[in-house]
Amino acid sequence: MGKIKDADAVGEVGNLNCGDVMKIYLKVEKNKIKDVKVETFGCIAAIVTSSLLTEMAKGKTLDEAYKITNKDISEGLELPNIKLHCSVLAASALRKAIDDYRKKFKV
Amino acid sequence: MKRIYMDNGATTKVAPEVAKVMKKYFSDSYGNSSSLHKLGRDANKKIEEARKIIADSINAEPNEIIFTSGGTESNNLTLKGIAFANEKGSHIIVTKVEHDCVLNSAKWLEKQGYKITYLNVDTDGFVNEKDLEKSINEKTILVSIIHGNNEVGTIQNLEKLGKICRKRNVLFHTDACQSYTKTEIDVKKQNLDLVTLNSHKIHGPKGVGALFIRKGINITPWQHGGGHEFNLRSGTLNVPGIIGFSEAVKIANKKDIEHMIKLREKIIEGVFDKISDVKLNGSKKERLCNNINFTFFGIEGEGIVGYLDEKGICASTGSACSSNSLEPSHVLQAIGFERKDCNSSLRLTLSRYNTEKEVDYLLKVLPEIIEKLRRFTPYKNV
Repeated sequence: MGKIKDADAVGEVGNLNCGDVMKIYLKVEKNKIKDVKVETFGCIAAIVTSSLLTEMAKGKTLDEAYKITNKDISEGLELPNIKLHCSVLAASALRKAIDDYRKKFKV
Repeated sequence: MKRIYMDNGATTKVAPEVAKVMKKYFSDSYGNSSSLHKLGRDANKKIEEARKIIADSINAEPNEIIFTSGGTESNNLTLKGIAFANEKGSHIIVTKVEHDCVLNSAKWLEKQGYKITYLNVDTDGFVNEKDLEKSINEKTILVSIIHGNNEVGTIQNLEKLGKICRKRNVLFHTDACQSYTKTEIDVKKQNLDLVTLNSHKIHGPKGVGALFIRKGINITPWQHGGGHEFNLRSGTLNVPGIIGFSEAVKIANKKDIEHMIKLREKIIEGVFDKISDVKLNGSKKERLCNNINFTFFGIEGEGIVGYLDEKGICASTGSACSSNSLEPSHVLQAIGFERKDCNSSLRLTLSRYNTEKEVDYLLKVLPEIIEKLRRFTPYKNV
């Protein structure tokens, strides 16, 4: 968890008003995620799901990483219903970061 | 892991001496207090003793106390029962920092056509006396103001507020769930007409509460049946619960209050000493002896609670009742917080059982947790 200073792309979701914010930083090499980190403002479920997501995404190709769903993340976590949105947030933050990368580097 | 419990605003441990007294009334003296036989009479005698103990504790008469299932029921009965019993009036005044059971009862009454005023509070959480006076009109029947705030701990000056209500001939109710046995409640001195009390915040069992209703006040019952509790609250009495409740009132004492204040001040001082960008919410002076509520800017309260839990410390972000909702605290919004900072609070509520050693441990782990969360928050400069 934390920030990548010279990240190739960034994806941010949520806002302070709703209580959860995730900001994902990507470092990409040869279409693969070389490094990924996240900064999270949120409850433990938000922290855990976003941190777990970075572990899942690391080493994957952009296409593979894009396919990670909130179900993949929340599997085995036994998140209460009210916290399921945290895993949704995490998945969409990653997709937003990948979108950002594709837009910037036109791939 | 030994748990350190600092969430006594949510509920408390039943004191061992309370549990001991209650035990007999489950399977030995299990009579229905309305029954005429020996077991019933025994139970009834204990209930009346309990009623007197609770009445004495707030300078009321025993026949001015009815037992309920807890704070929520007492508050519901007050708002709805007074509203429906007073045909001439249709206006009720509450504050923006009430517990949800008062606010949602008020909102429900609004749907039935009653007018509700939701009073603002200042940044410490106090109701302004002039605001109260101005909002009373000829249709006002009831003013309901929480005594010790369940989230930020501010204690209202009931005596002054009650005087205004008395002068304007309006009934005055207070929800004293958090303040009962922790600060003085005197229904005569404080001009109180109705007072909500409960048991599980004072080391008594859950599911028991009481409502003080001044003699002569007209109130419509909401629970109909066998006419228990002076025809105001039907239903077989929770005998062990009520006996436990009164035992909890008996064991409460001044020394415990002083102990909690000492620990409270140590935590506040320690946190300000070790952590930056922090604010103490609620009044510094007029504050519940066991309540501490901080805002740690830039990080999320539920994150802090989660990591404290991992370290063995039970705490909360605010009201336990609203932790299942994603809405930011209405109390923090009312005392002037921007919405974005309303999710950054931590509430620590102490009891007679907390120790100095536990506080030392808290002061060791909390700064580490705050630092860790601030390291990976996307909002460094909020």
